[in-house]
Amino acid sequence: MSGHDHHHHHDHEHDNHFTPIEARVKALESLMVEKGYVDPSALDAIIDTYETRIGPRNGARVVAKAWSDPAYAARLKADGTAAVAELGYGGRGGEHIVACFNTPEEHNLIVCTLCSCYPWPVLGLPPVWYKSPPYRAKAVIDPRGTLADFGVKLPEGQRIRVWDSTAETRFIVIPMRPAGTEGWSEDELASIVSRDSMIGVGLPSPEDRP
Amino acid sequence: MNSAHDLGGQMGFGPVVPEKDEPIFHADWEKKVLAINVAAGAMGAWTIDGIRHARESLPPAQYLSSSYYQIWLAALDKMLVQQGFLSKEELASGVAGSTRREPKRVLKGEEVEAVLRRGFPYEREAPAPARFKVGDKVRTIVMHPQHHTRLPRYARGKQGVIERVTGCHVFPDTGAHGAPETAQWLYTVVFSGPELWGRDADPTSTVSIEAWESYLEPA
Repeated sequence: MSGHDHHHHHDHEHDNHFTPIEARVKALESLMVEKGYVDPSALDAIIDTYETRIGPRNGARVVAKAWSDPAYAARLKADGTAAVAELGYGGRGGEHIVACFNTPEEHNLIVCTLCSCYPWPVLGLPPVWYKSPPYRAKAVIDPRGTLADFGVKLPEGQRIRVWDSTAETRFIVIPMRPAGTEGWSEDELASIVSRDSMIGVGLPSPEDRP
Repeated sequence: MNSAHDLGGQMGFGPVVPEKDEPIFHADWEKKVLAINVAAGAMGAWTIDGIRHARESLPPAQYLSSSYYQIWLAALDKMLVQQGFLSKEELASGVAGSTRREPKRVLKGEEVEAVLRRGFPYEREAPAPARFKVGDKVRTIVMHPQHHTRLPRYARGKQGVIERVTGCHVFPDTGAHGAPETAQWLYTVVFSGPELWGRDADPTSTVSIEAWESYLEPA
């Protein structure tokens, strides 16, 4: 059998060094470019945007400012879209942003059960688990069990609120500022705000400061 | 439509398994799928709900066994053929034939930053005052349409409370299928865990959905 497998593999190497999905995407890209439907430089610019310019560091800056500046926190609560725009963030995949503030009484958790809606301008592209069936299925019916999958246990008596992103409204969790961060600069505060804490599956800790 | 994408409350998928230090992309082809998806959407031939419907109407077994970028690719191929931009034969061979449709616009590289920054806001001028106000008790309708909808199955026929009046937003159920754009009031509706999941549910949990006005009736 191994001889056959080897022979089979060898033949294909001569035909094409791409995996089937790589070949499909190459074919699609070259057709789209050749027919003038897409500009190759636009594809590069889109990739560069989400690889290097838009990601969870944006959201961390929003959270750090909300922790440092009560007036900003109030504006963020009242109009998330306008408040994140103050820091230069907004646009595709986050045209309408709502900030969900954790309190001692209630913890917030974000999901999109129907697809993969996620606040792109402040968190970037979603991780694979966020888009996959286990999370999308479980978050709404068993939110505490979902948090346990991330090693998070909420204090006794704290309620949990799940936000299902069924429209173009996008949610970002504003975690509570942890004790032990008194006097920190916004940069220092931002350094402990993880992507997971802004989805609601993590909690910030002063020990996470680099 | 009641398809595999409507996952809320389904069981058997096992625990959530986060990947440590997950990269933004796992392969170069994923980057291209993301970029082509954004650029092709900018051609203006379909709405965000149109492409969502192309994804959720993939065969359930295919949907559940594909990665999300594989789902995007399959839906994009399907949409480009349906809309007359490419043929199946062209996609299979990678060789351009005569299939052609003039796009409304082609996103240029130098426009990308501004277009992404502006986004595509979905709020519209309201044709009528909002029917519900904050604090109103409502019940979601029961429906099982063959077409696209953003009312998940787990939240149909359930009583909840209006927490927020979001604004008047583009209505997805009809726009997904090429009908002229309409808009409806959109609300955040909160349900208790037990209302959604019955007697074994966590009574200290609540779930909200964003619901368009026609999904709701007074309770």
